[in-house]
Amino acid sequence: MNPTQTFDRTRLPGTEDKGVSLLARLEPLKAVLLSRVLPPLIILGALVMLWEVLCSRPGAALPSASQMVRETWELITDPFYDNGGNDVGMAWQILASLERVAYGYSLAVVVGVGLGVLVGQSTWALRGLDPLFQVLRTVPPLAWLPISLAGFQDSNPSAIFVIFITAIWPIIINTSVGIRNIPEDYRNVARVIRLNGFEYFWKIMLPAAAPYIFSGLRIGVGLSWLAIVAAEMLIGGVGIGFFIWDAWNSSLISDIILALIYVGIVGFLLDRMVAWVGNRVTRGTAAG
Amino acid sequence: MSKAYLNISRVDMDFTRNGVTNPVLRDINLDVMRGEFISLIGHSGCGKSTVLNIVAGLLKASAGGVIVDGKEVNAPGPDRALVFQNHSLLPWLTVYQNVEIAVEKTFRRTKSAAERREWILHNLEMVNMGHALERLPSEISGGMKQRVGIARALAMEPKVLLLDEPFGALDALTRAHLQDEVMRIQAELHNTVMMITHDVDEAVLLSDRIVMMTNGPSATIGQIMDVELPRPRDRIALADDARYNHYRHEVLSFLYEKQRKVEDIGSRRARARSGDAEKAAVRA
Repeated sequence: MNPTQTFDRTRLPGTEDKGVSLLARLEPLKAVLLSRVLPPLIILGALVMLWEVLCSRPGAALPSASQMVRETWELITDPFYDNGGNDVGMAWQILASLERVAYGYSLAVVVGVGLGVLVGQSTWALRGLDPLFQVLRTVPPLAWLPISLAGFQDSNPSAIFVIFITAIWPIIINTSVGIRNIPEDYRNVARVIRLNGFEYFWKIMLPAAAPYIFSGLRIGVGLSWLAIVAAEMLIGGVGIGFFIWDAWNSSLISDIILALIYVGIVGFLLDRMVAWVGNRVTRGTAAG
Repeated sequence: MSKAYLNISRVDMDFTRNGVTNPVLRDINLDVMRGEFISLIGHSGCGKSTVLNIVAGLLKASAGGVIVDGKEVNAPGPDRALVFQNHSLLPWLTVYQNVEIAVEKTFRRTKSAAERREWILHNLEMVNMGHALERLPSEISGGMKQRVGIARALAMEPKVLLLDEPFGALDALTRAHLQDEVMRIQAELHNTVMMITHDVDEAVLLSDRIVMMTNGPSATIGQIMDVELPRPRDRIALADDARYNHYRHEVLSFLYEKQRKVEDIGSRRARARSGDAEKAAVRA
């Protein structure tokens, strides 16, 4: 072994020769691209082709893929235009919906985790509230809309309330299950080191239940996004739901398809985002 | 009597479930001197863990009481730190943080932040876990987890260290290794230790006295044996030691002759009738 060689080996990765390390770093990236990104791209391409073929025939009820892109090109390229009223770009439509979801969902998280802890901790609360929860959670989101419109006398708080009431049930139920499943040993550890109620809540209860809580939060965010689109169709104003309804009334089928794609992508991102936060918070012990 | 550091007197324990009361412990009396290493041995289900939980304060005795260093036990506390059978580390905290949570609480007023940090590191070094401070429990082996569990208990500077079958879940080699470490730490710190075990070799090797418990229900102390082997004890040298084998023989004959788990068909039927409630209660 000559001295220069040993020196090379002990050098830090950052100081390595750029050309070599870049190629070496690209190798695993290529493998990921081939194994993870390529399969969905192939399937997607095939489906778009099928759509194109099926809807290009004369007399097809729905626009083909190319026709849809042609007709919505303005919407795709200029998502931030604002002509006043409801005539705003797709980005504003989606942001308006996301804003409603943010309010309703945040409220559901706070109240849902709180109620979940209560029900998880107290058998009396469980017996008293659980039947009520089990009945109310089966009420479809839109069925809450008329009653909330009657109560709030305004469309925006009503939509937020619908989000809230839709997202809260899985959060409550998962939180309470998580609290109930805290191993007796963790409680004993807390008793031996004499944590008080507040410390127990922050240091043992929340982290121990976090994997369950986050699976509730993920289901909740998915449901809120489902509910907002439906609710907005009925309440009107700016928002992706009403955009779809409006497009239907104007027979702009291509606009509807574009909106559906956006709704799907945003819903997917919301789910990933909550999963990511959950993973960070629970250090990988949460599923997902 | 007054010399005893830990005094268990006339402890009875009943578990009531579905209106049926099962006597688990009857008339447990035990004095432990300061710095003594005591083992409780008995067949599974005899209630030895219940004794430990009463000393820890996690369970309240139906009758009688426990006094540690002149004070009656009525709640769990860091002066009776417990090492759990399944380590019970908090999986979302690192090795360091698992010890820290106990130290922060116990020494919040008496040690400065720097002293606390020093103390946490000292205890983790003592169990040879100083190299894995930032690891999560899921990233270390069972033996290492139990080391951290021991460090967490030691870090509370307990008056009595309680070990609940601490090596039960470990493989034989890891177990032997940890037993040696516990002996070393005990020689260094002179802790008063009470250990639950069902391993005869472990009891003889580690203990100053072995407390043998009769079978439940209504289990009590059947025999107490002094183990007068010089320390430090070496497991290899002791393997051929006549006294060591004599002690082993004593415990084995207590467990397998005097307290043999034989049930005639009649009593087994009677037990089956009293049902799962009893089993659950005894296990608790």
